Amino acid sequence: MGETETVQHTPVASAAGDDDLIEIVDMHKWYGDFHVLKNINLTVKQGERIVVCGPSGSGKSTLIRCINRLEEHQKGQIRVDGIELTNDLKQIDAIRREVGMVFQHFNLFPHLTVLENCTLGPIWVRQTPRKDAEAAAMEYLEKVKIPEQALKYPGQLSGGQQQRVAIARSLCMNPRIMLFDEPTSALDPEMIKEVLDTMIALASTGMTMLCVTHEMGFARTVADRVIFMDEGEIIEQNVPEEFFGTPQHERTKLFLSQILGH
Amino acid sequence: MSDTVQNYVPGEYPDQPPPIGQRGIMLWLKTNLFSSWINTLMTLFSIYLLYLIVPPLLNWTVFDAVINATSRAECREIDTGACWAFIANRINILTYGFYPDESQWRVNLSFVLLIAALVPVLFDNVPFRKFGLIYAVAYPFIAGWLLLGGLGLEPVGTDEFGGMMLNTIVGVTGITFSLPLGIALALGRQSHLPIVRTVSICFIEFIRGVPLITLLFVASTMLNYFLPPGTTFDLLLRVLIMVTLFASGYIAEVVRGGLQSIPNGQYEAANSMGLKYWQSMRLVILPQALKVSIPGIVNTFIGLFKDTTLVLIIGLLDVLGIGRSSLADTKWNGLSNEVYISIAIFFFIACFGMSRYSIYLEGKLEKGHKR
Ligand SMILES: Nc1ncnc2c1ncn2[C@@H]1O[C@H](COP(=O)(O)OP(=O)(O)OP(=O)(O)O)[C@@H](O)[C@H]1O
Ligand SMILES: [Mg+2]
Repeated sequence: MGETETVQHTPVASAAGDDDLIEIVDMHKWYGDFHVLKNINLTVKQGERIVVCGPSGSGKSTLIRCINRLEEHQKGQIRVDGIELTNDLKQIDAIRREVGMVFQHFNLFPHLTVLENCTLGPIWVRQTPRKDAEAAAMEYLEKVKIPEQALKYPGQLSGGQQQRVAIARSLCMNPRIMLFDEPTSALDPEMIKEVLDTMIALASTGMTMLCVTHEMGFARTVADRVIFMDEGEIIEQNVPEEFFGTPQHERTKLFLSQILGH
Repeated sequence: MSDTVQNYVPGEYPDQPPPIGQRGIMLWLKTNLFSSWINTLMTLFSIYLLYLIVPPLLNWTVFDAVINATSRAECREIDTGACWAFIANRINILTYGFYPDESQWRVNLSFVLLIAALVPVLFDNVPFRKFGLIYAVAYPFIAGWLLLGGLGLEPVGTDEFGGMMLNTIVGVTGITFSLPLGIALALGRQSHLPIVRTVSICFIEFIRGVPLITLLFVASTMLNYFLPPGTTFDLLLRVLIMVTLFASGYIAEVVRGGLQSIPNGQYEAANSMGLKYWQSMRLVILPQALKVSIPGIVNTFIGLFKDTTLVLIIGLLDVLGIGRSSLADTKWNGLSNEVYISIAIFFFIACFGMSRYSIYLEGKLEKGHKR
């Protein structure tokens, strides 16, 4: 991707003057009596790329879903782009406009064409004129390398193509942060690469990314920081070289040996 | 492209028709009617049954039928088949009830305008659809004015409405208003607001637990107790309201089924994009949920349309009521077959039309989504 695209995703620093895009302080979450997230503290800076990993059921999905309020937290604070997440619907909407999310199962809208999927948000949330929204959508579809599928329906595409459309759909909203929840784990092996390539290209544009994935190769090449979670806690976080080279905790070592071992 | 693909010379294998017996009508006959001895036996038996039923039926309804006569006796003198002359004689009252003759053009005009209003609603590939839809929204007021009169037209009381016109009015009104109300109830039932949810559930369960006839009796008698004395509240209007409420309860449940078939991920994707509740419902959830619900919705509408005959119980003379009372005419004694068959044909055409439209719509949406 060219230099011009880098500029596009470098938004002006927030008014507060600090460049922390996401700030999570002493955050807890319960499902009923079940304590899913315990004392989470995490800050993500503008342009930072973070990979979250951990065993199944450790609360990775729950954590990133709290960031755009798909899940509600019960204690502590979450601030996104300086806006605190509370029950205030206005603030939730404001945050959701700035945060894009890519799901494991794509969640494209099957009754809309690829192009309509991409323009829905800009037209209805950002009030972009249809013409402009379509032009922008085509630009993003080109970046994820499927402009020729624009008029097809999601059901007519392969899994990898659908996930790339989902990424383009999120980008069309011009988000400041992108959340990924295991974007490749529902894909056949031969399609994983095309999606990872798209994400690597996105990372090179300076997008702030928070990515739950078990693709450790991706973590090594792209991540600024790797976070390991277990049983609802952040156990360890470090730059990839240190994280993979000299993991500190027994649980991290065990997890890494399991996931990299074979 | 790989080598094997490049090596292939196009035109080397020209298209050929399949061999005789593997195509066309012979193949169809063979696979569908004579594929096995049991199938062959059933085919022959069916042909025999058709031979027994169809010729006498055609004789009665068409070849031996009488169209011009002034009494049943005259019918019988002319031929032995159906005495359609009776229907022809009563067609006016069967169609318009007691609507004054000189104003019946207004009923006809409203019907033509109704068709014109339905076209842009039912088909999305008509020219100027936007204007058509605006007109469709205005149509109920135009029709109300034409049928009831006033503002320069001779007023006609709703007690003079009757026949097929009455069934059509009740059916079309019920269908038109029960759909949005039913969708609203279905959404209400899923609402996170306890009051909205409770009210929706109570309403739906009440409607589903009470027969329509009971509601119609309530409409015709009980409401008078609740209304301040001296107020007149048109009986037809009460019936329209009751029928609409009744159908909306059923529509709500059908739509709820559709809503439940939408995976959670669709809500999440819509929410995470920043769409507001109503936007995500209108743009993402309902289009998918309603598509799934089409068969159930049309089923409800068909039931509703046939139930319009129940108004005869509270004294409104719909086509069935008028047909029944016309049987009492001594001049035309004993022609109930002709009357009921005609009425059945009227309902069949309307309901079959709805059924076909639902199939057309499903097919069209299927092509679009193609999961
Ligand atoms: N809606 C819910 N109600 C109750 N418990 C839930 C709910 N969603 C998730 N959980 C539980 O919370 C825990 C964390 O779930 P979460 O989906 O965040 O795990 P995860 O780390 O993303 O796992 P995976 O790698 O399998 O996706 C799990 O034990 C799960 O069973
Ligand atoms: Mg998960």
